[in-house]
Amino acid sequence: MSSKAVEVGSRNAILASLCRNAPPASPLLEAPPAAIVYDDPEKQFAETFTSVGGKFVRVASIVEIDAELEKLESYTQARKIASLVLGVGRATPGTARSNQTLVDLAALKDPHELEELDFAIIAGEFGVAENGAVWIAGSALGPLRAIFVITQHLALVVPATQIVHNMHQAYDRIRFERPGFGVFISGPSKTADIEQALVIGAHGARSCALFLVG
Amino acid sequence: MIGHAEKAAPFAANESRAHWHDQALWFVRLKRDRQAESIPEWEALREAAAAIKAHTLSRIADYLEEFERNAQANGIQVHWARDAAEHNAIVHRILADHGITRLVKSKSMLTEECHLNPYLEAHGIEVTDTDLGERIVQLRHEPPSHIVLPAIHLKKEDIGELFHKELGTTKDVSDPKFLTEAARGHLRQKFMAAQAGLTGVNFAIAETGGFVVCTNEGNADMGTSLPPVHIACMGFEKIVPRTKDLAVFLRLLARSATGQPVTTYTTHFHGPIRGGELHVVIVDNGRSAILGNETFRRSLSCIRCGACMNTCPVFRRSGGYSYGYTVPGPIGSLLAPLRDPRQFSSLPFASSLCGSCSDVCPVKIDLHHELYAFRQELVRNKTVPLSKRLAMAVMSYVLARTWAYSLAGRVTRWTMPRMPRALVYGPWNAWGRQRELPPMPQQSFRDLIKNDSIRNAVNAEEPR
Repeated sequence: MSSKAVEVGSRNAILASLCRNAPPASPLLEAPPAAIVYDDPEKQFAETFTSVGGKFVRVASIVEIDAELEKLESYTQARKIASLVLGVGRATPGTARSNQTLVDLAALKDPHELEELDFAIIAGEFGVAENGAVWIAGSALGPLRAIFVITQHLALVVPATQIVHNMHQAYDRIRFERPGFGVFISGPSKTADIEQALVIGAHGARSCALFLVG
Repeated sequence: MIGHAEKAAPFAANESRAHWHDQALWFVRLKRDRQAESIPEWEALREAAAAIKAHTLSRIADYLEEFERNAQANGIQVHWARDAAEHNAIVHRILADHGITRLVKSKSMLTEECHLNPYLEAHGIEVTDTDLGERIVQLRHEPPSHIVLPAIHLKKEDIGELFHKELGTTKDVSDPKFLTEAARGHLRQKFMAAQAGLTGVNFAIAETGGFVVCTNEGNADMGTSLPPVHIACMGFEKIVPRTKDLAVFLRLLARSATGQPVTTYTTHFHGPIRGGELHVVIVDNGRSAILGNETFRRSLSCIRCGACMNTCPVFRRSGGYSYGYTVPGPIGSLLAPLRDPRQFSSLPFASSLCGSCSDVCPVKIDLHHELYAFRQELVRNKTVPLSKRLAMAVMSYVLARTWAYSLAGRVTRWTMPRMPRALVYGPWNAWGRQRELPPMPQQSFRDLIKNDSIRNAVNAEEPR
């Protein structure tokens, strides 16, 4: 018997067994419980994002971000920088320091070419006040979705009008258009696997700055 | 069969380490409490999660078919495995079809359950676990001791020594930051060289045909965004009906697991990477039988947060290895004997029945009641040792009869102080192994009440 036929047999056997063993029907919950809302969701978001190890920066307009980036050592020391946000991060040709390169993402074919990326700037669609998470749609990641995790340091740019209170509101907004990739990012990558000691910078970004704009 | 208590003995023998383990997990429990208290609707949220799971289990076949249909429309290849052997064979075939010899894995308790690593290694595939804790135990040739904190049984000095030997780090350096940095460098090479990535699945969504994977380290994201092939393995119970149900579970999961408001990365997959392949393997491996078990089917609602382990006074003091099963702690003490009641007959007894596990469970599995029910079933089926069954029979006879209880008390009060110590603390007295029995009282409680002495004593203690 071919492996495909075995799998079809397994599929049908599993489904038949699940139908046989299923408990009596219980109703599907229509609405989740009324969820927390904050008097000042932006303040709550900023506090939570900071508490998970992120750096929160408030700017009035997108043109202020480059000056704020200059204050970050992770940025000034970066050799390879990629920006997916128009007008942010040495967007003007010739502004990069001599030892810095602005990576042309469109020219890359293979995610492994991002190995030496030091700093990435990505647009977040909205932030969630209750947990400091930022929703990044796959379409905001450019041609190689690895960028958000392989970069040594990450900066997110989120409009200040786009803060929701909680995860229920978040999922009310999310639609998975094909290819449908999307990720919530809440701060830099971290681990506490050695003696429960929190260490920032596990496999993903070693730092995560967030610029809330507007 | 070696029981839980026997397996816990070596762990408990190192008193300072056992104490450290206890405190480390209690610290996680306290972090969980702070997060739970920050959400006023926490209890309603648990109710909602339990209701969604109960509904999903009642129509699980429909939802799995819906998931399959939508996943296929997304370009995902869906596979079905009845047991561990089929699961391992499917994963191997996908890898073999592409001539893949280097696989990176993020955490998946299902693949631990199926013993996938040794199977693939026997077929010449290099398997690298990439979660830091899992990599540590993999280098030690050990299984994880906790489902969320795989290396919680180890001290940083153990890991410093291990990394010195395996990764060539400086001898006697055990700073967690330094060790994590060393692992980052080591595993980056593995990620860059990998030809395929394997992940677990936290939640699969029937409505969209996608799934969600949660990590703090970003290892699942590294492992699935560099190589062209992604294989995701899930027990069928990971399915939820709708996208909006994710909100309920994601609000509960990280808060319950590690006391974080959410994991750093909550990644939603709805198709392969550009030019690549995405495979989902749906596994039964004994789960459908549990679904048919009216008393214990709720254990399938588990979202593997580990909160019941962190709070359990027995787990904290006995360590994950004392359970001898992939999933330890209170939930493991149900899942393991459901799989093999004979081999794991001691696990439902590895509980004080204090109920703390049920109190923290984000999907409201009635863990301690189910453990109690399991004990009764094991005794009924004669799956527990004769000594225990005899003791139970004697106890229930005595406790059900006033005269027998009263007589037993009187006899014990009289004989115990007159017996030689060697006789009282013989090998049959498991309770007295680590502690002294209390002195025998002169009178029984019944006598005290009759003589008014207890009432007088209480009155005397009242102020003024």
